[in-house]
Amino acid sequence: MTEEIIIAGFGGQGVLSMGKILAYSGIMQDQEVSWMPSYGPEMRGGTANVTVIVSDERISSPILNQFDTAIILNQQSMDKFEEAVKPGGVLLYDPNGITRHPSRTDIRIFQIEGAKKAADLGNTKIFNMIVLGAYLQIKPIVKLENVVLGLKKSLPTRYHNLIPMNENAIQEGMKNVTAYQPA
Amino acid sequence: MLAKDIIKPENLVYQKTKLMTDNVLSYCPGCGHGTAHRITMEVLEEMGIGEETIGVAPVGCSVLAYEFMNIDMQQAAHGRAPAVATGIKRCYPEKFVFTYQGDGDLAAIGTAETIHACNRGENITIIFVNNGIYGMTGGQMAPTTLPGMRSSTSPYGRDVDMMGNPLKMTELVAQLPGTSFVSRQAVHTPKHVRKAKKAIRQAFELQKQKKGTTFVEIVSNCNSGWKMTPVQANKWMEENMFPFYPLGDIKVPE
Amino acid sequence: MARELKLMKGNEAIAEAAIRAGADAYFGYPITPQSEVIEYLMAEKPHERTGKVVLQAESEVAAINMVYGAAGAGKRVWTSSSSPGISLKQEGISYIAGAELPCVILNVVRGGPGLGTIQPSQADYFQSVKGGGHGDYRLIVLAPSSVQEMADYVVDAFDLAFKYRNPVLILSDGVIGQMMEKVYLIEQRPRLTDEEIKQRYAWATTGKKDGTERRVITSLALKADEMEAHNIHLQKKYAEIEANEVRFEEFQCDDAEYVFVAYGSSARVCQKAVQLARSKGIKAGLLRLITLFPFPKAEIGRLTGQVKGMLAVEMSSGQMIEDVKLAVNGRIKAEHFGRFGGNIPTPDEVVNALETQIIGG
Repeated sequence: MTEEIIIAGFGGQGVLSMGKILAYSGIMQDQEVSWMPSYGPEMRGGTANVTVIVSDERISSPILNQFDTAIILNQQSMDKFEEAVKPGGVLLYDPNGITRHPSRTDIRIFQIEGAKKAADLGNTKIFNMIVLGAYLQIKPIVKLENVVLGLKKSLPTRYHNLIPMNENAIQEGMKNVTAYQPA
Repeated sequence: MLAKDIIKPENLVYQKTKLMTDNVLSYCPGCGHGTAHRITMEVLEEMGIGEETIGVAPVGCSVLAYEFMNIDMQQAAHGRAPAVATGIKRCYPEKFVFTYQGDGDLAAIGTAETIHACNRGENITIIFVNNGIYGMTGGQMAPTTLPGMRSSTSPYGRDVDMMGNPLKMTELVAQLPGTSFVSRQAVHTPKHVRKAKKAIRQAFELQKQKKGTTFVEIVSNCNSGWKMTPVQANKWMEENMFPFYPLGDIKVPE
Repeated sequence: MARELKLMKGNEAIAEAAIRAGADAYFGYPITPQSEVIEYLMAEKPHERTGKVVLQAESEVAAINMVYGAAGAGKRVWTSSSSPGISLKQEGISYIAGAELPCVILNVVRGGPGLGTIQPSQADYFQSVKGGGHGDYRLIVLAPSSVQEMADYVVDAFDLAFKYRNPVLILSDGVIGQMMEKVYLIEQRPRLTDEEIKQRYAWATTGKKDGTERRVITSLALKADEMEAHNIHLQKKYAEIEANEVRFEEFQCDDAEYVFVAYGSSARVCQKAVQLARSKGIKAGLLRLITLFPFPKAEIGRLTGQVKGMLAVEMSSGQMIEDVKLAVNGRIKAEHFGRFGGNIPTPDEVVNALETQIIGG
């Protein structure tokens, strides 16, 4: 199994940390992982993306132009990465702020109202965990228990009290993901 | 009486410090470097710290200081002696580390290293020999060349409008909180040699107490570069250099 | 022994591994994309963990000269920077090579020339393997292609540096520095004591004992004959390094008809390209260089008896290809393919280049 994922959105949405937790979860189940962020001035401009690969085998290139899954959290990223999903792959996005919805018919498309759900729950910081939950509902490449272990590994001990809240958010994401059909 | 009958330990009235090698100094006759070397080494010997000291030689006339100073030495790239000394001292905080630098090395190409080492308060001693000219490369203008002073790159005299003013590094580093002792001395008369040696001693004593950077400038001559006899050069130094670079302690510990 | 497993950036992994390798000091200056090195070290407080010195210098120039001073006193010392900062260090590196001091230098390469871009590149190959500063000298150059190798090679680099009293350059790039992967870390090794340094390294300036010869660290020899003799000595050392220290890794080369030659992140891309090419029925392999100096001339020579063509893949406009062509010596077709200026070749592009430049070319 090799899963190649791009997570793309605005800085501050937790794009990089979502990728990091996913990578850590892979490690918890003895898989090979890589996490390659965009860095530098493009970060300052507001967009952020990270390529995460989780695999049973040694990972070759950490840089890719085609992905099994694209998790898209703003319009710029939709414009940039919709075409980068492999045929038959998955595009998961939050419709919040999206003005041009995806139009491809050769991939599977899903929506998660992550921003709205996070606001409803009164905590915008769990937005990325809701999205992660939605992704894991579509592609359960890592087990929830390993995500929790990954959270433990990646969060400093002083934040470990927040883990149940994050776990809860992941489950909210799992429950609320919906398939989307382009018009 | 033959010389061999006279040369006996009981007749000894003066002995060269063991911390100077027997190598013949490469400096021009009349140059102050030899004296500056000697009093530095005498201080180390008198303090009994020669075995615990690492010196850093610069680029310039004193590039070969390691041939004459009989202690462990490193030769640094041009201007970088304070950085080299920082590297040594940070790894060996209990050893004594000093740099010996000329005006081109310390006040031109190495300005940044000098200021930042002093500003960090590195526990090193910087000995700065200022003769207002580039001696080794053949008498070119230094950052410390006086206004109107001739050199091979200011053949009509230093025009401050065109070439800028001389840089008083010693006053400059005295402003920095990292320095504890900053002094300007000379070595052209016995009286001045004694004072200069006292200042160097104080610098190393303060290094021992980890008081931060200690900095001793020695205003010196360069009869070759100045195109004078040694006697003329010393007189010219007193009349022209000292008014611009006044001798004495500039900063002493409280 | 079970080694500690972590998910780390390449820049963090090398910083942690250097602490564990028993490094005595690090002197650096921040520059993207390698600032995590000094940030990590400062956060880790190695001065408390092992006594390691960490100092942010006023410039790359000062940092490399601090390295010179500490190395001259026998300490295991290193620095890191990225391309423009490495250019600034070249004077110091030349002095270190001339004075034969051991140290480790990390270059997390970004695109140039000039201020260039902060995106990854491999355009510092010439600078790394052909000297870099003034004079006739070589660095031992190691090219990690993963986060694990960032951690592993810094340990090797210190060993090689002291074995040959020569600076070792770890030539990385923005991809390897910035990405996170699994890394297994070695156990903490003790730092040498000052007494051990004195015993082991007779050349180190640690203070002259009475009755012993003083030690001098210098790269100066004013007489031409002396300087020539020193150069001959250095060349002998480099020849010994070339004879003993060539390192490379082969990936599906056994039955290969075509071979990619690459290092660092390009080698990662090429590994994927090998899989892609093989899925298209092209028998491709990868020769991944670990040492860039010494260059694996003999292995490339051997492969010319087996394969029909070689494609040197680099994130530069064509630098390593010159050494590949020298080693190939006209026996088979050898061409360059690169993306540069901060761009990274994709596996598709690499396979396409193989098809058009080598197979169909």
